[in-house]
Amino acid sequence: MRDALRRGIGTGLAAMLCLPVLAGLAGTLLPAFGYLPALGGTQLTLGHFEALAAQPHILRSALVSLAAGLTSTFVALVVVATLVAGFAGTRPFAFIQHLLSPLLAVPHAASAFAIALLIAPSGFLLRLVSPELTGFARPPDWLIPNDPLGLSMISGLIAKEMPFLLLVMLAALPQLPLANARRLMSALGYSRVSGFVVALWPLLYRQIRLPVFAVLVYSTSVVDVAMILGPRLPPTLPVRVAQWLADDDVGARFLASAGAVLQLGLSLFAIVIWIGVERLGRLCHRRLSSSGKRLAGDRPLRLAAASITTLSAVFIFAGLGLLALWSIAGLWPFPDSLPASLTLRTWGRALAELAGPLVTTVTIALLSSLVALAIAIGLLSRSANNSADRWLPVFLPLLVPEIAFVFGLQVLTVVAGFSPSIVTVAAMHLVFVLPYVLLSLAPPWRALDRRYEQIASGLGKSPFKILMTIRLPMLLRACLTAFAVGFAVSVSLYLPTVLIGAGRVTTITTEAVALSSGGDRRIIGVYALLQALLPFLGFLIASLVPQLLFRHRRAMRI
Amino acid sequence: MQTPGKTTPLTLSDVTIRLSGRVLLSVSATVMPGDVLTIMGPSGSGKSPLLAYIGGFLDPAFVGSGAVLLGRDDLIGTPPQQRHTGILFQDPLLFPHLSVGGNIVFAIPEAIKGRDVRRRMAEDALAAVGLGGFFDRDPETLSGGQKARVALQRVLLSEPRLLLLDEPFSKLDMALRQQTRELVFAKARSAGLPTILVTHDRADANAAGGALIHIGAETQS
Repeated sequence: MRDALRRGIGTGLAAMLCLPVLAGLAGTLLPAFGYLPALGGTQLTLGHFEALAAQPHILRSALVSLAAGLTSTFVALVVVATLVAGFAGTRPFAFIQHLLSPLLAVPHAASAFAIALLIAPSGFLLRLVSPELTGFARPPDWLIPNDPLGLSMISGLIAKEMPFLLLVMLAALPQLPLANARRLMSALGYSRVSGFVVALWPLLYRQIRLPVFAVLVYSTSVVDVAMILGPRLPPTLPVRVAQWLADDDVGARFLASAGAVLQLGLSLFAIVIWIGVERLGRLCHRRLSSSGKRLAGDRPLRLAAASITTLSAVFIFAGLGLLALWSIAGLWPFPDSLPASLTLRTWGRALAELAGPLVTTVTIALLSSLVALAIAIGLLSRSANNSADRWLPVFLPLLVPEIAFVFGLQVLTVVAGFSPSIVTVAAMHLVFVLPYVLLSLAPPWRALDRRYEQIASGLGKSPFKILMTIRLPMLLRACLTAFAVGFAVSVSLYLPTVLIGAGRVTTITTEAVALSSGGDRRIIGVYALLQALLPFLGFLIASLVPQLLFRHRRAMRI
Repeated sequence: MQTPGKTTPLTLSDVTIRLSGRVLLSVSATVMPGDVLTIMGPSGSGKSPLLAYIGGFLDPAFVGSGAVLLGRDDLIGTPPQQRHTGILFQDPLLFPHLSVGGNIVFAIPEAIKGRDVRRRMAEDALAAVGLGGFFDRDPETLSGGQKARVALQRVLLSEPRLLLLDEPFSKLDMALRQQTRELVFAKARSAGLPTILVTHDRADANAAGGALIHIGAETQS
């Protein structure tokens, strides 16, 4: 009876969590086929798809998105897998892990700006060697970072995907017999990489498959990174859809929804191709396993993986430093490596306009991550022994391209008469924040020794009292970290903020991305730096508070 | 329900623990107040699940059946937090976010009001086991034996109606084990608590002095 009730609540909850995505998809699909009574669309038609097909270079836009998504996901996965295979459990691995983890907190847009400032023709790297080596006295006329093939965008995506994939693999590793397999394989004469690949990779991959799909979907449909680093003529498909959405012409909305449906199909197609790649990989894996090849000389492979990951981290941190420098730079003409003077004028100029978006950003992030934390605690305390698979609906928003359902949700909120406000944007953020908060909180939640609660129960305490006085205080650090993760996710969200905020709710992120086309590096430096700093502040507080609260409790200060 | 502190015999009738259909153990026994029933068996014989069944936190992988009566009260039909089963595990499991005294104050029934009263009770309880002045200490700074004594006082001050001991001495070294064992049994006896001890150490069983049930013998031979 109690079980039935619990299962009922679980199903209801799952449905509730699926709802935003499904409703959003409906709100996208219907207008794409012409049905949107609010804008006078009452007849089903394929006309909007014809209009979409007639857009110049639409195929190219779509193909660049597809290729960029597949390439960046594949490269990031291979590099991180090689890193884990070659180093997991060693000292250099811990070092790289510490280097890469903070990158996770850097918003996509900020890291894209960081890369842009480094690699642009007038960027720092070329300044370092100009004019001495290159002879350039003026920035060359190169199409970087917005190269037509999307190579700069791909490298930006790779740099941001690697820390995420590493984190996901690290979370899965403890469930694998790593030490035993390592000993066995090296006794059999396998190198570290090949031994790992043969013995452990299929087990590991099975556990990280869903996050890999999420990365793939994200990188085929990303908007902010593509606007900053991606090609301009034509832009990638998701950028074009976002542009149509911003168009005041109502007809463009139908075009946009047709484009969003195309985006959905494109991301699905990417998954289909990926599954094909998986098949191929399985075949190769079987070949490799049965061939008995030991690949003794795996050193270059390991070194490559270690240097790519290290370099990308160094690159982005250097870029962030560069953002800071630009924000206080006075005159800084081209071949000079450093600015001639430093000034706070840019900050002074920006501050008046910054304050509003800054408060909005923080309010939305606090709201959405607080609610997400409460929901996550509720979900976890309800299903103590269950695996994460139960929460598949929670992860649905990460497996569907943002633009394909957020747009629909926007349509629905407009139809339902909600005007854009901090609350509607925070509610939208919650959909994206919750899965990350849950992912972050679930492992420590399960790791807590259940006997503490059994003792407390024997002492006569109710489940709620135990939750409040034993479990949550003991998990304070984990809860705060999950909160900081949610905060970081919310701060970095671009498209959902733009769409649901409809220009009336502006955050640091929407402002920063909007500035990208203007090219004023000083002001971009201010915004992108702030965007990157906010999540760090969150994590700083999350680590300081338990330190302070439990300064007299040694076991709580790990 | 009877008032806490007034203890009555504990009766297990046909208490059976199953794991995926297979019977791990089946026990019928009566434990008088102040007596210790010792259950001996190898690991994996279902000793700990038996205690979990009585305490009300059996892992869903196991299935428990049978009646557990405290006097005439049916424990199994009672929510875990109202069973008042004091438990001691292998590890002392002091709550790491509370002070030593905080651990004990937490256990004192809510019916006892007043900050000062509760604090004095906890201080007295600590002093009674040679830990006077330890109230504000961090549990992590205590030795293994000291932690075990705090854990014991924490359980006793919660006014339990029975005591479940899950190999609570196995991680202590020889001298300490002897000492702690005597302390625990003496306290249980003077509080008149029916006690169940599960162990695979014969010395524990001898020290307990009560009835002894062997389980899982066939897996030993």
